[in-house]
Amino acid sequence: MSNRTIIPFGPQHPVLPEPIHLDLVVEDERVIEAIPSFGFIHRGLERLVEKKDFQEFTFVAERVCGICSFIHGMGYCQAVERVMGITLPPRADYLRTFWAELSRIHSHLLWMGLVADAFGFENLFMNSWRIRENILDIVEETTGGRVIFGAAKIGGTRRDVTNDKLKEIGRTLKTIEAELHAITDVFEQDYSVQQRLRGIGILSREDAFDLGAVGPTLRGSGEPMDARCEGYAAYRDIEVEPIVESDCDSYARCMVRIREIYQSFDIIRQVLCRMPDGETEIKVKGYPNGEHFARLEQPRGEVLYYVKGNGTKHLDRFRVRTPTFANIPPLLKMLQGCDLPDVPVIVLTIDPCISCAER
Amino acid sequence: METPQEIVTIASSDLLAKVQEQKDAGHRLVQICATTLEQLELSYSFMGKEGITHLRLLLPRDQPSLPSITDIYFGAFAYENEMHDLFGIDIRDIRVDYKGKFYKISEPAPFNAGCLIPTRKQPS
Amino acid sequence: MSMFKRSPWMVHYDGASCNGCDIEVLACLTPRYDVERFGVINTGNPKHADVLLITGYINEQSQPVVRQIYQQMPDPKVVIAIGICATSGGIFSECYNTKGGVDSTIPVDVYVPGCAARPESIIDGVVKGLAVLETKRAAWRIERKKRNRVFRLPFFKPKASPP
Repeated sequence: MSNRTIIPFGPQHPVLPEPIHLDLVVEDERVIEAIPSFGFIHRGLERLVEKKDFQEFTFVAERVCGICSFIHGMGYCQAVERVMGITLPPRADYLRTFWAELSRIHSHLLWMGLVADAFGFENLFMNSWRIRENILDIVEETTGGRVIFGAAKIGGTRRDVTNDKLKEIGRTLKTIEAELHAITDVFEQDYSVQQRLRGIGILSREDAFDLGAVGPTLRGSGEPMDARCEGYAAYRDIEVEPIVESDCDSYARCMVRIREIYQSFDIIRQVLCRMPDGETEIKVKGYPNGEHFARLEQPRGEVLYYVKGNGTKHLDRFRVRTPTFANIPPLLKMLQGCDLPDVPVIVLTIDPCISCAER
Repeated sequence: METPQEIVTIASSDLLAKVQEQKDAGHRLVQICATTLEQLELSYSFMGKEGITHLRLLLPRDQPSLPSITDIYFGAFAYENEMHDLFGIDIRDIRVDYKGKFYKISEPAPFNAGCLIPTRKQPS
Repeated sequence: MSMFKRSPWMVHYDGASCNGCDIEVLACLTPRYDVERFGVINTGNPKHADVLLITGYINEQSQPVVRQIYQQMPDPKVVIAIGICATSGGIFSECYNTKGGVDSTIPVDVYVPGCAARPESIIDGVVKGLAVLETKRAAWRIERKKRNRVFRLPFFKPKASPP
């Protein structure tokens, strides 16, 4: 006779950097159902549009999440710019793409470290984060911040980077990329990594699509969807091929992220080659009046920003649909039928960002 | 290539039929969003190969109520629970119903009851 | 270096932050910053910990969790608030769900400002916290002696002076 128990998981848990609470219904060691509960980090920052004007709100938008902060700021600015009918100078678009790709690399490296920590590979965790520091150095040299960049503003970017500096960064990135191979080889070849990730957390292509999965979670299940193909910012000149794996398991999602890191290095190289000269910002006049849904690609997947302006300096509504929020129903599907010790690894394979999800 | 977007205004009674149409066309639920104006303005966004469709409907601010679409798109339960907690919209028959315990906020429906309506500037 | 006599273990909890400070706290553990050289070890168990690092402000739901973690930690203990949100609520202080900084719930010994707080300043804060821990420990010892509770193993006999 089987024995049904409910095991609470979180909010304070050694493998979780962030508080999320799951009630795991287990039968012996097998998880039958997982019920998440939220609200530990709910801030209600969407309502700050009443208190901050639309230009100040860029800073709030960046703090939706500290890991993918730059893309949050950039997406908000992009939505407001579309409402106001502003066309950016090309250099601003390229600089934004440059920083967005850097933040993608840093986020994926951070994830690689965390997942290695979750399956008990301490060395890989330390090495991923060591390489990530080199990326953060570049970010710090060019924007002044480490995790919150503060570089996007409505009508352009807050800072410019000299062309000499960009050349130097191009050379640094080459050495970082060479170093990175040592880690990704472990993910590709090591027996213990395969043992912990292969065949774990299966999400079929149909389920992924039906439940609304986005980003690497969806692409790991064989569905080519990448919001960068929308051609916002500098992606209109740079071709982005969605990276797809068809194994549908945790390992496939891991491989998608690893290949995306190399893709990002490639995009940065193209951005640096084609970087146009000129202004990095234009003057913004008037207030936004109208609405727009901006669709961007975050490290964790597709993100949607909705901005509705009313012709005053305060917006009517700012809404962000973050990738983690969309990935929660697929996560519950993956957890059904898994073993209890695999729960932390599966939770991490969607790259959960709880502060994004709860805002 | 930027995906074209289109806003379609529907009546709140047609919601389930229109959502079923989207499902039959093989579209993906992108998001559900509500905005507090004189009335509550809801947008259900769906994406297919040809573009993004936003179904737009209006609800009264006082005791709003809607049927759930979780029988058609299961993934909608998170959005619907969120709308229930933040906007006080009574959504009937959600498959996974948290009954107002999704966010456990200190005040009920902060986006609806406590929300100021910003003064609208008349276009001159 | 007398204040590094002990090897303090820390437990980290994310009150309600944007993640920026959390990943900086984790970055402190990694090779570039490496707080383990001060003997600091990150543990997941509050009952093992001497130092509590809290990032982000406190809201209705995280308040009981923070209070419980604080109560589970053995005395003497030090609380360090990381980042401006943990200090005062920061950019989110006007949000409807905010209770305020960490000091609205539990006593805080060291505040580390910054948005996000840099790893260097976090390490600085932890080292300052260790000094506080040392004074607390001294005060706690005197208190314990006053109550005349000397813990000894029951069959422990001091050796006779060496021949």
